[in-house]
Amino acid sequence: MPVLNIIQAVNDALKLEMRRDPSVVVLGEDVGRFGGVFRATTGLHEEFGPDRAMDTPLAESGIIGTAVGMALYGLKPVPEIQFADFIFPAMDQIVNEVAKYRYRSGGQWSCPMVIRSPYGGGIRGGHYHSQSPETHFIHTPGLKVVVPATPEDAKGLLTSAIRDPDPVLFLEPKRVYRAARGEVPEGEYLVPLGKARVTRAGHQVTLIAWGAMWHEADQAAREAEAEGIDVEVLDLRSLQPLDVEAIEHSVLKTGRAVVVHEAPRTCGFGAEISALIQERCFLHLEAPVLRVTGLDTPFPYTLENEYLPRAPRILQALRRTVTF
Amino acid sequence: MRRTTEPRELRRRENGAAKEAAAPKAEAERYPLFRLLAEDGAGAPAESPLADGELLSLYRWMVLSRQLDERMVAMQRQGRIGFYIGAIGEEATVLGTAAGMQPGDWIFPCYREHAAALYRGMPMAALFCDMLGNAADLMLGHQMPCHEAWRPGHYASISSPIGTQIPQAVGAAWAARIKGEEMVSLVYFGEGATSSNDFHTGLNFAGVHKVPTVFVCRNNGWAISVPRERQTASETIAQKAVAYGIAGERVDGNDLLAVVAATRRARARAAAGEGPTLLECVTYRLEGHSTSDDPKAYRPVELVEPWRKKDPLTRLRRHLTERGLLAEAGDQKLLAEVKEEILAAIKQAEAADPKPPLETLIQGVYAEPMWQQREQLEEVRAAIALDPRVANPRHQS
Repeated sequence: MPVLNIIQAVNDALKLEMRRDPSVVVLGEDVGRFGGVFRATTGLHEEFGPDRAMDTPLAESGIIGTAVGMALYGLKPVPEIQFADFIFPAMDQIVNEVAKYRYRSGGQWSCPMVIRSPYGGGIRGGHYHSQSPETHFIHTPGLKVVVPATPEDAKGLLTSAIRDPDPVLFLEPKRVYRAARGEVPEGEYLVPLGKARVTRAGHQVTLIAWGAMWHEADQAAREAEAEGIDVEVLDLRSLQPLDVEAIEHSVLKTGRAVVVHEAPRTCGFGAEISALIQERCFLHLEAPVLRVTGLDTPFPYTLENEYLPRAPRILQALRRTVTF
Repeated sequence: MRRTTEPRELRRRENGAAKEAAAPKAEAERYPLFRLLAEDGAGAPAESPLADGELLSLYRWMVLSRQLDERMVAMQRQGRIGFYIGAIGEEATVLGTAAGMQPGDWIFPCYREHAAALYRGMPMAALFCDMLGNAADLMLGHQMPCHEAWRPGHYASISSPIGTQIPQAVGAAWAARIKGEEMVSLVYFGEGATSSNDFHTGLNFAGVHKVPTVFVCRNNGWAISVPRERQTASETIAQKAVAYGIAGERVDGNDLLAVVAATRRARARAAAGEGPTLLECVTYRLEGHSTSDDPKAYRPVELVEPWRKKDPLTRLRRHLTERGLLAEAGDQKLLAEVKEEILAAIKQAEAADPKPPLETLIQGVYAEPMWQQREQLEEVRAAIALDPRVANPRHQS
């Protein structure tokens, strides 16, 4: 199997789906001739032409608004928002239009599309190139939210997202865009939405993460092992639909859980996971569910290492929870 | 896929850029390029809005802007700063518009107008501290490089999202009018921003309420990889003013004299209660969008060469020489002085602690931090005390 990074895996999935289904189109700022500022759409303009790999004017609401029209008219748009931080001008289109079209038309139309966007910090990008806005969208019924951590999942999940009947926000972890490399199956490859992945089996504590922070969680689990702490690591992969059974199954076994995300803590997805665990595993819990997260502040520039919930902080939380 | 529509119009425009230039059509004629100084800087200008001293001073600012950009790009390549975005080739637009306003007027920058911040009195070392995000940074290390703010000079804070500053500039000028003060706001944006919602909103509000704002579009031809022809089907940016019922002017953005004169006209109209102006400064982005991209990946070098010949600095230098204001020796001395000034400011900035104190993490989120920020700050502090790797970029074993 070829070894790819996440950008190459995304590109591979887009190419294969565009070859398979002529209704799939990509659009966005710089995605055509240039192939995207992160080069995720490289080669699409050359292979599929300007009607299927479209450079748009600089307006996110326009990108998503026109994608709505395309979806209604039978295309399968895969719009790119250059940085997740720039998605907010399109908020009205996404929250009030994309997410509600099926519901408000009584199912006469649906609005399937995959909004791809690089998210997250740790790239010295300051608060306009580092945010993790997943919660806004998980909190919007009608949208699915998917976050791959590895190249293999990036390909498999993106392919499934493109074939999904519902709109999907596909957040790509740009901190590990190139650093995360791994074997990726050639040709058609699907990973179902809504299935978490146990990346490390353990019995003492369940460590839940996704996207770029899964790599930090994995690192922390290795370090914990050296200290004799046995950690089960769950990569959620898909935040909506959420694989609550996988969480429940693991926590019923371990009785302890730590959730990691880089978004601010208050109303972050860790709060939802924590609530679900206490609702479903209350009598099995040995310690409070801990959250290791970004701070309730905008994403800083210089002190981004201090801000990000990286392996050393996760390790401390693992120690706290097993010694509670 | 069966194609039901032919985007012929788009293809025509993409292939027809050269034809367009050769045969200007109606709108370009309605909005002729205002120019005072010949493209090569030779001969006497049609008029000269600047006295000798002002002219020399602005030339020095333009030299400083160029050297600043070159030095910062070099520092980014050396890993001394994380990012840079400059205005190489757009110096006459930035400094001509800044100089055409009054000192009390507010400036709402895009992200290429660092020279305007300095022109408004921001100390150069303070600008460099922002580039470094260090302990002496006025922005407390919160922002990326090139996102400076300088309140004493009425130079507002910079955002990366495109166009957001446009309605804000309208609001500030509107507020000044409500308060009975003569303040005209100036707002910078690129031609890419004319596609944004906020461009429409800002110009519409300003038109309806006759708000005293000067909208400066630095039309530098490129929004990262997207050329102007694929940003808008309008032949000019200035003509967009018609739809908003406001004045529009198209000016040679590489002609310092013309930019100053046009800005003064626009400011005078605004101050006289005659409403806002959309000022299109036609210039060219000679380099990449920022240090994050290589323009060779999307822009043929042949397109850039003609514009290198129209370098606003070369043009002004020739004018100053012909006007007898600048001799070769004097120019060399000036270049050396500016270089020294920049190096001294960098040295001063680099002397500060590279990291702002940990408390800056929670400063400025609210007027006073809430329990969440205070608690989380203490968590981070405790985590660092337990394991210094928490504050270290390279923690992986």
